[in-house]
Amino acid sequence: MDIVVCIKQVPETNEIGWDPKTGTLIRESTGGILNPNDKNAIEAALQLREKHGGLITAISMGPPQAGDALREALGMGADKAILLSDRQFAGADTLSTSYALSLALKKIVRFDLILCGKESSDGMTAQVGPQLAELLNLPQLTNAMEIIINSNSVRIKQKLEDGFRILKTSFPALITVEREMNQPRIPPMDSIMEAYREKDVLVWGVGNLGGDKERIGLKGSPTQSRKVYTKIVKKGEITLLEGEPDKVARELIQILKNKDLL
Amino acid sequence: MSTDNLEEYNGLCVFIEQRDGNPARVSLELLDEGRTLADKLGADVTAILIGENVSGIAQELIYYGADRVIIADDPIAKDYRTEVYTDIIVEQVLKEKPEILLIGATCIGRDLAPRLSARLNTGCTADCTELDIDTEMRLIIAIKPFFGRNLMADIVCPFHRPQMVTVRPGVMELKAQDRGRKGELIYIDINLKEADTKVKVLETVRSTSDAVSLEEADKVVAAGMGVDNQEGFEMLKELADLLGAQIGTTSLPVDAGWISEDKKIGQTGKTIRPRLYIGCGVSGAIQHSAGMINSELIVAINTNPKADIFNFADYGIIGDVSKIVPALIKELKSIKDLT
Ligand SMILES: Cc1cc2nc3c(=O)[nH]c(=O)nc-3n(C[C@H](O)[C@H](O)[C@H](O)COP(=O)(O)OP(=O)(O)OC[C@H]3O[C@@H](n4cnc5c(N)ncnc54)[C@H](O)[C@@H]3O)c2cc1C
Ligand SMILES: Nc1ncnc2c1ncn2[C@@H]1O[C@H](COP(=O)(O)O)[C@@H](O)[C@H]1O
Repeated sequence: MDIVVCIKQVPETNEIGWDPKTGTLIRESTGGILNPNDKNAIEAALQLREKHGGLITAISMGPPQAGDALREALGMGADKAILLSDRQFAGADTLSTSYALSLALKKIVRFDLILCGKESSDGMTAQVGPQLAELLNLPQLTNAMEIIINSNSVRIKQKLEDGFRILKTSFPALITVEREMNQPRIPPMDSIMEAYREKDVLVWGVGNLGGDKERIGLKGSPTQSRKVYTKIVKKGEITLLEGEPDKVARELIQILKNKDLL
Repeated sequence: MSTDNLEEYNGLCVFIEQRDGNPARVSLELLDEGRTLADKLGADVTAILIGENVSGIAQELIYYGADRVIIADDPIAKDYRTEVYTDIIVEQVLKEKPEILLIGATCIGRDLAPRLSARLNTGCTADCTELDIDTEMRLIIAIKPFFGRNLMADIVCPFHRPQMVTVRPGVMELKAQDRGRKGELIYIDINLKEADTKVKVLETVRSTSDAVSLEEADKVVAAGMGVDNQEGFEMLKELADLLGAQIGTTSLPVDAGWISEDKKIGQTGKTIRPRLYIGCGVSGAIQHSAGMINSELIVAINTNPKADIFNFADYGIIGDVSKIVPALIKELKSIKDLT
C-alpha cells in the first residue's frame, strides 16, 4: 500500500493584516506550521502502513520554508518527502496548485492512495483534493471519517451534514481526511531532529515537472482577487451595560424580559 | 489556457442539490439570487436538476426564478456520486455554454464544484458570502472574508468560462415563490452505465436527532476563546438551558477540540438568524460575523472594549465571562423561582 500525502504549510495564525497604503499583506506572525488537518491525513497513512505495509511519501508545494512542514511529516514517520518549490509556482490558486501536484504525482508513478486533509486552515476551500483527483482521473472519496482497506477495494465513511454514507471504490483513489478520523501523533523531538539530520527533502522545480507552463503559478490561476479591503461590520448604536456583574446581569435579564426573549 | 470565445458563453446556471426529491434550501436561495444577477446581465437562468424521481420539483424551481430546468431523471443518479454528476453537468455545460455556474457550498457542493472546475479548466471561488455583477465586463464578483480579521476580497474569473462560485447556505435571503412565473422543462437522457461507475454507495445513514438545529434556533449562546476551558463550556450550557438557547461557537474552540464542528457559526460554519445571539468571549472576526450578523438582537460579553463585536452588538457588557455568566445564571434562576 503506497501512499502519497499532500500537505501544506499554513501561517501560524490567521490574523493577516492588510496595509491599505502599500496594498500589501502584513503577516503578524511569519511562522509557518503544518496544516492541522493534514496531520490527520499523515496519521491515517501511518496507521494504514502499520496494517498493510508500504511506503509513505509526503509532498508539498510551497516556498523553501515549507520544507519544515515536510520535516515534521518525516518526524511523524513518513518515509520520503518532496517539496515543489520554484518562484514560478508563486501566486497559484487551487486549480494551479492541484495542476502542479498532479504533475508531481505523475512523476512518482507508483501509489495506491493519495491522502489530503479535508481543508487547509488558511484557504479552507477543500478544493485541492477533488481537483487533483480529476486531473489524475482518479475516484475521489471526500470527508472521510474512517478508511477500511480490503484486498482490492477501499471503503470510507463519508461525513455529511445530516449523517454519513459508506462509499466504496478501487485503487488508486484519492481520499480527503476529516479531523474526526484520528488523533495525530506528536513526533518526539529526537525524531524531528533526525528528520533534519538524516533524511532528505527532495526539491523539484518547474523544470523537473515538465507540463504546461501556462498552467503554473499566477499565470495559470483562473481566479484573481480584484480587490481586498477592510470591512468593519456595523449595525446600529450599542448600549453598554456597566457596573458589577450582578447589576449588569439584572439589567440584561430585564431587557430580555421586556423584549419577550425569556 | 484561457477559454476561447468568451462571448459565446451566456446565461447563468444553478445546480439543484436534492435529497429524496426535496431541493436543498441553498439551491433555492441561489435561484433567487441568480435571478437578480441574471436580470442585471439580461440573461437566462437555467436550473440543473439531477436524481431519480425528481421531476416533481421542476415546476417549483421555475417559481423560484428559473427560466429553464434541465432534468436528468435516472436510476443511476439516485444517490449523489461525483463521477456521475460531473459527467452529466459537464455535458450540459459544454452544450449550453453558461457564463456563470452557481453551486451551494454544502458537503455535496464542495465535493462536486472543484471536480467540475478542474474538468472544465475554469476557476471556482469557494465559500462566498455575497455575490455581485460587473455588468460591463459580464463578470460575477465572488465576495468572501479573506484571512485576516476585517478583510474581504472580491474575486473574479476573467478569462475562463463558466465562472464558478460556491455559496454558503443561509447567507442569501429566500424570497417567496412567484407562482405566476412560466418556464421550460427540458428532459435529457443519461448515457452512463452502472457497470462503468467506479464508486458505489453501500449505505446512507441519516442522523435522527430531534434537537433543534443551530440554524433553526430561536436563541443562541456563542462561545468564543474567552471561554477558555471545558469548565467554562459547562457554565455556558447551563446559561443556554435556562434561556432555552442552543450553543454555538467560533472556529477556535472547534480547533481546540472543546466542541464539535457542527456548532461552528460563520463563513465556514453555520449561518444563523436567531432572535437573540449572546456572544461570550467572541471577538467578532468577519469570518464569524458572516454567519450571525442577521441575528435580531446581539449581546456581547467581552473584556476588551475594542473588540470588533462591539461594532455590531446591540447591547455590550465589557467584562469577564467567568464573572458575568454566573451572575446571569443566578439572576435567571431567581426569576424562575419566583414564577
Ligand atoms: C478561511 C477562514 C475561515 C474561517 N471561518 C470561520 C468561521 O466560519 N467561523 C468562525 O467563528 N471563525 C472562522 N475563522 C476564524 C476567525 O478568523 C477568527 O479567528 C475566530 O472567529 C476568532 O474566534 P474567537 O472570537 O473565539 O477568538 P479570539 O479572536 O481569540 O477572541 C477571543 C475574545 O475573547 C475575549 N476574552 C478573552 N478572555 C475573556 C474573558 N475571560 N471574558 C470575556 N471575554 C474574554 C478577548 O478580548 C477576545 O476578543 C476563519 C478563518 C479563516 C482563515
Ligand atoms: N500547496 C499545497 N501543497 C500540498 N498539498 C496541498 C497544498 N494546498 C492544499 N493541499 C492539500 O489539499 C487540502 C485542501 O486544501 P484547500 O483546498 O486549500 O482547503 C489540504 O489539506 C492539503 O492536503
